[in-house]
Amino acid sequence: MLGSLGYSIKQAAVQVFRNRAMSLASLFSITAMMLILGLFFVLIVNVGVAMETAKMDYDTVSVYLEDSVTYAEANTMAETLRAMPEVSEAEYLDKDTALSQWKSQSWGENSYLLDTLPENPLPNSIEVKVKELSGADAVVEKVNTFNGIEKIRYYKETVEKLVKITDSLKLAMLIIMLFLVIVSIVVVSNTIKLTVFARQKEIEIMKYVGATNWFIRGPFLVEGIFIGIISAGVSVGVVALAYSKIIGMMSRDMTLMIGMPMVSVGFLSTNLVWVFLALGISIGACGSIVSMRRFLDT
Amino acid sequence: MITFEHVTKKFADNVGLEDISIKIEKGDFVFIVGPTGAGKSTFIKLMQKEIDADSGKITVNGKDITNLPNREIPKLRRSLGIVFQDFRLLPKKTVYENVAFAMEIIHTPAKQIRRQVPAVLSLVGISSKADKYPSELSQGEQQRVAIARAIVNKPTVLIADEPTGNLDPDTAWEIMRLLEQINLRGTTILMVTHAKDIVDKMGKRVVTIEKGHIVRDEFGSYGKEVNGKGMYPGGLLRKSYVR
Ligand SMILES: Nc1ncnc2c1ncn2[C@@H]1O[C@H](COP(=O)(O)OP(=O)(O)OP(=O)(O)O)[C@@H](O)[C@H]1O
Ligand SMILES: [Mg+2]
Repeated sequence: MLGSLGYSIKQAAVQVFRNRAMSLASLFSITAMMLILGLFFVLIVNVGVAMETAKMDYDTVSVYLEDSVTYAEANTMAETLRAMPEVSEAEYLDKDTALSQWKSQSWGENSYLLDTLPENPLPNSIEVKVKELSGADAVVEKVNTFNGIEKIRYYKETVEKLVKITDSLKLAMLIIMLFLVIVSIVVVSNTIKLTVFARQKEIEIMKYVGATNWFIRGPFLVEGIFIGIISAGVSVGVVALAYSKIIGMMSRDMTLMIGMPMVSVGFLSTNLVWVFLALGISIGACGSIVSMRRFLDT
Repeated sequence: MITFEHVTKKFADNVGLEDISIKIEKGDFVFIVGPTGAGKSTFIKLMQKEIDADSGKITVNGKDITNLPNREIPKLRRSLGIVFQDFRLLPKKTVYENVAFAMEIIHTPAKQIRRQVPAVLSLVGISSKADKYPSELSQGEQQRVAIARAIVNKPTVLIADEPTGNLDPDTAWEIMRLLEQINLRGTTILMVTHAKDIVDKMGKRVVTIEKGHIVRDEFGSYGKEVNGKGMYPGGLLRKSYVR
């Protein structure tokens, strides 16, 4: 068996070299496909991470109170909310505390700019944390029965919209990926078909002398897998390089603006290596098996 | 030993073979003759399981191959050496490599290949050309290489589909002598041919196929072309077959 593996690898190397134009063509096509896939992958991973962050950050419903609401009234409201099964926390936040929090969190060193404000612009509020985002509606409904509510702010719809977008993005990616995989298999199988044609006589003789189908497939299979592996390597390199460039640019000006944490290059490329390798090998193997079907059917 | 029992193989609009029954003993030398399109190659392809019979039963070396699973076909073919009219050598391999190739693909150890290839090249009388490429050989020499390749794995049967069809009479006779020699070593030989003179002079068993039927099965000569004397109706399995 080891002997025939050596034979297959030798034959495959020779064939890839002889058919270098077509081998290069299929290499490019698989690589192009993988790059598109890589783009999707980067997008999905980052949107996914952003989603999780958003879900954590946006599980708060802010209930802004009119100034007429007394401390005692506000506390009763908070208590009523706390008693709800959907709610994990409900705290009264007076406007002064809110202002100092806002100063330190959002303005940092520049907080002195707010010192000149003639009056605190913030309202008193109740900050309600829900256990699940889906519980926010119940909270809002309850709050609407209270008097003295100025405004309710919550992000449920935004987050739900985001979830929907990610889901359809994932579906679109899956469909496009499937299509690209099929195209790649066709391209690879056509490349290998050239080799098969060139060696048709040899295959026929192999069959007459009693070679098994797997032995005959061997060199072609290795040829396909070979092309797949090289494509995977090139793709991972390109994606990792491009992504690290993008991240480099982003962290300077944009990450703060978007407020979106980015996945590290290392994490991305180690994951992509396996995805691409698996994909490259499968595409190569499928391509060669497809290309030989007609020649091996007895 | 090879037997066909009531074997029929029909193609879309042609009858390949119809209700064929025949028995070929181990060590036989059998000519298969008949006009073009009679079904001779079909007969061989059935034996090799290159095509499947529609009905009937075929055995090779005592094994029923009628329903042989695909994965066992290679094993069957290793017991059947084959030679064609057009040699079918690999042009980019030397004589030695062409023969060694047949051993490599059935996983023969390298040591055994190095021992056996020269022996078989010497048997077919072509040792001196071991390092030449097929294009550097005469037609007769190429057929010798093809025969060497067919017998190097020691098949029990050697099938030859018009092996002398491309050769001049002298060379054809050299090949016939080689086949006879191989036959004497115990290999069953099945040869499809149109060469009347060869069949007549060799004096072996002659099976005539016409329009998909065995119409004659006798020792000695090619016989008359169509519906001649000595024809056996229906090509039945003849128990009275005399050696
Ligand atoms: N794959 C096929 N599909 C359809 N018809 C076929 C096929 N193979 C053979 N035939 C038909 O079956 C008949 C017998 O063919 P076969 O090749 O056995 O003839 P043959 O005796 O070998 O002829 P020749 O002496 O010319 O080689 C012919 O009529 C041929 O056209
Ligand atoms: Mg024929």
